[in-house]
Amino acid sequence: MSGMIINDLVFVAVAGFTLLSALGMVLSRNIVHSALALILTFLGVAALFFNLGAGFLGLVQILVYAGAISVLIIFAIMLVMHSEPARTNLFNTSLGTHLAGAYIAALLTLSLSLAIWFSELPQIKGKTVEDAVGMLAQLFMGNYVIAFEAAAVLLLVSVVGAIILARGAKQS
Amino acid sequence: METIFINIEEFLTSWMVGMGLAQPWADLIITILQWTIIVLIITVNTIVLVWMERKVSGFIQERIGPNRLGPFGAFQTIADTLKLLTKEDIVPARADKLIFKTAPMFFIIVSVMLYAVLPLGNNMAVVDLNVGLFYFISLASLSTICLLMAGWGSNNKWSLLGAMRSVAQMISYEIPLVFSLLGVVMIAGSLNLTDIVTAQNRVWFIILQPVAFIIYFIAATAELNRGPFDMPEAEQELTAGAYTEYTGMRWALFFLAEYTNLVAVSVLAATLFLGGGHGPWLPSWLWIIIKTYLIMLVFMWTKWTFPRIRMDHLLSFSWKVLIPVSLANILVTGAGIELFRWMGW
Amino acid sequence: MIGLNHYLILGTCLFGIGIYGVLSKRNAIAVLMSVELMLNAANINFVAVNHFIRPDQAIGQLFAIFVIVVAAAEVAVGLALILSIYRHASSTNLNDFNLMKW
Repeated sequence: MSGMIINDLVFVAVAGFTLLSALGMVLSRNIVHSALALILTFLGVAALFFNLGAGFLGLVQILVYAGAISVLIIFAIMLVMHSEPARTNLFNTSLGTHLAGAYIAALLTLSLSLAIWFSELPQIKGKTVEDAVGMLAQLFMGNYVIAFEAAAVLLLVSVVGAIILARGAKQS
Repeated sequence: METIFINIEEFLTSWMVGMGLAQPWADLIITILQWTIIVLIITVNTIVLVWMERKVSGFIQERIGPNRLGPFGAFQTIADTLKLLTKEDIVPARADKLIFKTAPMFFIIVSVMLYAVLPLGNNMAVVDLNVGLFYFISLASLSTICLLMAGWGSNNKWSLLGAMRSVAQMISYEIPLVFSLLGVVMIAGSLNLTDIVTAQNRVWFIILQPVAFIIYFIAATAELNRGPFDMPEAEQELTAGAYTEYTGMRWALFFLAEYTNLVAVSVLAATLFLGGGHGPWLPSWLWIIIKTYLIMLVFMWTKWTFPRIRMDHLLSFSWKVLIPVSLANILVTGAGIELFRWMGW
Repeated sequence: MIGLNHYLILGTCLFGIGIYGVLSKRNAIAVLMSVELMLNAANINFVAVNHFIRPDQAIGQLFAIFVIVVAAAEVAVGLALILSIYRHASSTNLNDFNLMKW
């Protein structure tokens, strides 16, 4: 029983950490701070994956999101930075747009949360897969092989496209 | 001798349970003890390594190296540490203070966490994770961000240039590093480091995967920002790269973390390619230490004999040579495994 | 007792924060980061549903990996686009990106 309580406390702590750093990312006025808060959010989500018994996915999250994507983002930020850092990540100038955005986001969150809270969700908490890596590999190379190959092509195309876009095509 | 540390651990656990402590609490105390010992090992190793680095560089440059304090200058590092501790802690006025102060802490935390899965002997890993190798790789990728934080937080153009160079370099060399490890994983059929060591019972993977070992060694040198790939902190042009503005204890933390990473990468190389704790006569943990120090000696040898490589050469070497070669290595390994299976091994 | 509800609500909250960022931020890179937040929220839902409804299979984790792949591609292309627009307009403010407007 005490194991259950510890598990719940861990969830509350990690969820709070994730939400706080996500809020920090949106509310910060300095875009570098935003990006670093985003990394903390990614790490929090990875911890949630560990808590859900998806250790491999949590490590993928750390490697791809926190280790690669966020570095890419910070790199781009430093390339396009030209003003005072404390004023790089401001909200929209028109208060109307800002309030409308906040209103839509709050409405969506509230309604969805209420819907989830009052619905009877099945909760079979069985044993999680022991060898998730092997199972994922079999799914990738078995039933989902076409999607897997399509994802590979997508990555290749996006890399080539990103290089061409960032370098600028030569006018011949 | 072989199981001395495991015996001590079991004795402590049973003693604590015998004193009336619940099992989970005893386990918790043992875990804390294990981490304390790891931090201790790291610190002692760093002191020895700094001395060794100076002696090796002195030998290669036909000097004597430190020779005043203690036998063969062995206490020189301790004196240097004391000096660093007493230095003034300077935070630049225009620095991004929060980032500036947290960067070295994150760096050292990430470096120490790498040790969680490393088997420092048979059955002597803190956590026997079944995706241990992947854990190591993904945590190692986080150290890039710490350097970027240090470079950005200093608000100094040398720091920023050094950080951007190191990030470009580390991201490019991460790919061949991971690809070179895939060959080993394919042969061992597991991501668990203990299983990989067991798979090397008969033959070490350096014999089956010589190309992978060389790629791993080169890529690891670049990941560690060590010479000849130390463009990020090229003293002659960037002062000290991302560490330019750091003084005293904060700088010492970076220094400690760099050596921590060096030891971690060398232990991983010994585990994956040199058979881990396998070896005749001596206990497994002693073999790990010997192999690790051998690899670190080679790291120092390359650092002090090769000249620094230009940045664009460095990057094109990774993308145009190492990545194709490592991909070919994976292909050949896969074909080899199938061939041996077909021949009925 | 933490159940599927809690995880789904957490995902919803993250998604809401992401939407707020997308709709109210001026900097194009900040908008891209908020989109990443929304994709992460979707991932939490995938993994939570996998864990609580079909724990014997890894389909949810598989989908999450596909989401991560697509997100990586999206970030690479998005940042390249921002860089190339920055070269023309020397700004990352979304209000300046009105070349197609008339």
